[in-house]
Amino acid sequence: MTKQSFHRRAFLSASAAAALSAFFGSGRVFAEAADVAKAIEAFTAGSEAGEGALTLTTPEIAENGNSVPVSVLVESPMTADDYVESVMLLAEGNPLPEVATFNFTPMSGEAKASTRMRLAKTQNVVALAKLSNGEIYKASNNVKVTIGGCGG
Amino acid sequence: MAKPRIKVPKKVSAGDVITIKTLVSHKMESGQRKDKEGKPIPRMIINKFSCEFNGTPVFSCDIDPAIAANPYFEFKAKVEEAGTFKFTWVDDEGEVIEAEKEISLS
Repeated sequence: MTKQSFHRRAFLSASAAAALSAFFGSGRVFAEAADVAKAIEAFTAGSEAGEGALTLTTPEIAENGNSVPVSVLVESPMTADDYVESVMLLAEGNPLPEVATFNFTPMSGEAKASTRMRLAKTQNVVALAKLSNGEIYKASNNVKVTIGGCGG
Repeated sequence: MAKPRIKVPKKVSAGDVITIKTLVSHKMESGQRKDKEGKPIPRMIINKFSCEFNGTPVFSCDIDPAIAANPYFEFKAKVEEAGTFKFTWVDDEGEVIEAEKEISLS
């Protein structure tokens, strides 16, 4: 590595840190594992989460944490007796872990939704799906965030 | 408040599952930021979005401060008949933004 590129890298990480402190001020407290567990418990009511039926799509690297595309898809026939009720999104490393909860109905036709979220730093994003028959599915992705965002 | 932007196909065949895209202007102040004097800026976000078709719920979203400014939602709807989609956004101060889109069968 040349001296120049080293400096560039140091500058980049310093400016990312400066941007973070501008958004949060000093002494920012991020969500704790307990907050995440509490949110999951409230959603699943203690049911075990399976894997497979739920697909969570996020970018591997998000250059700007202020607007990170996220999309969820749950395989389901979406009939009146067998449909996806809701999907909750959590960001484990944000000051508050809750991002949003999508509520579907048989009228949705397909349990698929997309939005844009804020991520404060590099972290795991978790999605939990609740089906009408009580089944729970979980998926999680790591997203690397270059510049964190919690402001506007 | 600004007019929301909504994309719904104008004509569909009965039984089609369509994609709906919505975007509304809102600062979505997270409540996490501080002003120049170090005082917290109060939270002010859209906390609920919902979509109905001919009065029946299709999709809704409970929103937390981690949703980006100018919230965007893309979702699906199964259309069996002609009718009207109604979209509603509600913010922390109780302000309601409403919009409607009609759809006909081809």
